[in-house]
Amino acid sequence: MATTAFEPRIVAFFCNWCTYTASDLAGTARLAYEPNAPVIRVMCSGRVDPQFVLKALQEGADGVLVGGCHPGDCHYQEGNYKALRRFRLLKRVLTQFGVDDARVRLEWISASEGDRVQHVINEMTDQLRKLGPWHARS
Amino acid sequence: MADKPKVAFYWCASCGGCEEAVVDLEEQILKVVDAVDIVLWPVAMDFKRRDIEAMPDQSIAVAFINGGVRMSEQEEWVHMLRRKSQLVVAFGACAHLGGIPGLANLNNRQQVFDTVYQNVPSQDNQAHTVPGEHSKANGHALELPRFWDEVKALHQVIDVDYYLPGCAPPPKLIWGAIEAILTGTLPPKGAVLSPNKACCDDCPRKDSKPDKIELTEIKRPATHIADPELCFMAQGFVCMGPATRSGCGNPCIDGNMPCRGCMGPMDDVFDQGAKFLSAFASILAPKTEAEIDKLLDQIPDPTGTFYRFSLPTSLLHRRHTGATV
Repeated sequence: MATTAFEPRIVAFFCNWCTYTASDLAGTARLAYEPNAPVIRVMCSGRVDPQFVLKALQEGADGVLVGGCHPGDCHYQEGNYKALRRFRLLKRVLTQFGVDDARVRLEWISASEGDRVQHVINEMTDQLRKLGPWHARS
Repeated sequence: MADKPKVAFYWCASCGGCEEAVVDLEEQILKVVDAVDIVLWPVAMDFKRRDIEAMPDQSIAVAFINGGVRMSEQEEWVHMLRRKSQLVVAFGACAHLGGIPGLANLNNRQQVFDTVYQNVPSQDNQAHTVPGEHSKANGHALELPRFWDEVKALHQVIDVDYYLPGCAPPPKLIWGAIEAILTGTLPPKGAVLSPNKACCDDCPRKDSKPDKIELTEIKRPATHIADPELCFMAQGFVCMGPATRSGCGNPCIDGNMPCRGCMGPMDDVFDQGAKFLSAFASILAPKTEAEIDKLLDQIPDPTGTFYRFSLPTSLLHRRHTGATV
């Protein structure tokens, strides 16, 4: 009787040094969280070209999550500041393209914050479930 | 005479500047006319649709088509020209990328009609008349082309063999393309007929670019007069050079205006606006969200600025709204 509930697909770009390590920690700590956000490991949040975000949305992702080191903690000194500036500018462009605010998110998660990975992915999955699918035309 | 290759020029959603660019070939246009037969050129010569319809398929050697495609009639024309032509060249930024008319993709047909036929201050349309596809006048049934919700680049509608970029394409590139066609020295299909490197590479101000730029102010040509020697980026202007293909000959830079991006992206780039956004954000000085946002407020329309010529060929193509997509 029940139709299959909508499950959002989130593409997560996590930096090697902080957020990816945190998601590893979440794993070893047996923290369960939603399986909706497969992780792509990048060396730095500053490596996330805005084209990656748009390409994910174009290819059918319902949301994109970028995770990096806290300000001041970047392994490469400045990469996360570049990520932040790109993100703030990209958000303005995405708004003009009609992309809902909740679909694209930047989070600072340090290597010790496995519980934060769990919280952010759960929260974002829940928000996107309520928001529904993103129907970008290919 | 009968052996000369046949050439067609056609225009879709465009301003006429591309036609002007053909005329800008100056004396060389006489060489073109010597070498080919022009079988269609609506801006300059009197040929009708039925003349083209009567021609056998593949009988036109090359069709140069400018303008974006946004109406059903344009779609019919370009499909017909594709059938009749051996080569199709997307001519100019609108056919190549969607161009300035493509900025309408931030709105839909209804919003465009509301603005143009109702809300602009100069409009007095008390009867709320808008163009309809079917109407009657004096007992005659009239038909108008369908106006689409979005503008498309030429290759989003028909198969395109080559692209001549620019708004409008520089005469040097046009002549280069014509020579390549006449001498059979064209590059592989799908090529953009202009060098695959960034505008900055050819920029006369290249040497004035410092190694590191950290902007605390963003300037616009409307509010600031640029220094005539220095790199625009270093001065704080949005200059699309880093994300734009070269080959234009830098007329904007020579006129003391920053690059606006009409030549489109280089070969490996999916999305010119995003690529520029990435480069530009990386040279801003602020490090906190509040300071970054304050600086970004100085760009009133980032999408219209970074995607000025390429919105329909961006990864997202147009504005998407939950209800109407």
